Amino acid sequence: MSEKKHRVSRRQFLNYTLTGVGGFMAAGILSPMVRFALDPILKEETGQDMVAVAQVKDITTEPQRFDFKVKVKDAWYESEEPRSAWVFKDENGDIVALSPICTHLGCTVNWNGDKNNPNRFFCPCHYGLYEKDGTNVPNTPPTSPLHRYEYEIKDGTLYLGKAKPRGEA
Amino acid sequence: MLNKIYNWIDERLDITPLWRDIADHEVPEHVNPAHHFSAFVYCFGGLTFFVTVIQILSGMFLTMYYVPDIKNAWESVYYLQNEVAFGQIVRGMHHWGASLVIVMMFLHTLRVFFQGAYKKPRELNWIVGVLIFMVMMGLGFTGYLLPWDMKALFATKVGLQIAEATPIIGPAIKTLLAGHPEIVGAQTLTRFFAIHVFFLPAALLGLMAAHFLMIRKQGISGPL
Repeated sequence: MSEKKHRVSRRQFLNYTLTGVGGFMAAGILSPMVRFALDPILKEETGQDMVAVAQVKDITTEPQRFDFKVKVKDAWYESEEPRSAWVFKDENGDIVALSPICTHLGCTVNWNGDKNNPNRFFCPCHYGLYEKDGTNVPNTPPTSPLHRYEYEIKDGTLYLGKAKPRGEA
Repeated sequence: MLNKIYNWIDERLDITPLWRDIADHEVPEHVNPAHHFSAFVYCFGGLTFFVTVIQILSGMFLTMYYVPDIKNAWESVYYLQNEVAFGQIVRGMHHWGASLVIVMMFLHTLRVFFQGAYKKPRELNWIVGVLIFMVMMGLGFTGYLLPWDMKALFATKVGLQIAEATPIIGPAIKTLLAGHPEIVGAQTLTRFFAIHVFFLPAALLGLMAAHFLMIRKQGISGPL
């Protein structure tokens, strides 16, 4: 379009400049506030320290429950939160540390919690079942395996980190 | 695109007269700084409103992190100022804006006073303006306590003592404000927070609406 045909009227010009200046000012005021509000999703995820949980010599092929505490920093509030893990050695002798939180709706599962289902993890809330390695039993409410803790062994002590879904740990 | 959306809505709801009624009014020559530069004195009322809008917005965002509680107030302010992105800016806007509102409002008051713009028929608008002035002072007083640092605490103690000096009803007013006859503490902070973010802003919005309706109804006062 040639310049002659596309003439900007006085009114249009003023509209454009006013909208532009107004938009610039509104953006200047709002952008710090919006970034301020969005901070939680843009904050880098803080890693969690590995916590000493048990002596390796105490770990058997039978899952045992170990309780431990992790330091949690919630903005300005720091606290120690209780955690627990079901820990055992699998047939290869590798250590497995399972989170006791049911993947269905977050209740706490127990080893051998149900007499009719020996050697399985049992969730009393909706009768969810998991095999010893944490795999969910088909046709029970859970749809995914129990999460596994990241672990490392130093000087005969087992340290646990975050619990992650199977495949990520 | 925007035009299309607007036209679609306008066709159904006929919204054009609504905003035209608000937006279309002539600015008299004597209040237009493009004609007489000295007419910039007419801007102070609008600037007060502009800063008030910033105060409301930044205040809304600050309450996302602030906790009105004696154990957490200071730490939450410290956190939002130092750990949250742009926290310093957003809190700074609210902090400096609070002073700026008072300055702009004062200049606006001076202009109205020295031009005699408060005279008949605009006496009621002057009265509403004075009420807005008082609400703004109240907002400044209650907001000052919220960071819960030493300066805030002692400033509030002084303010409460001033209230207490009122004859006869002084001690009752002080207790009502502080929430406790002797302690400036947990109940004072929650009270001041409630007054600062709910009661006074509600009053302010009502008064500002009255202020603006009256100026639109009566028009701005004539040239000197």
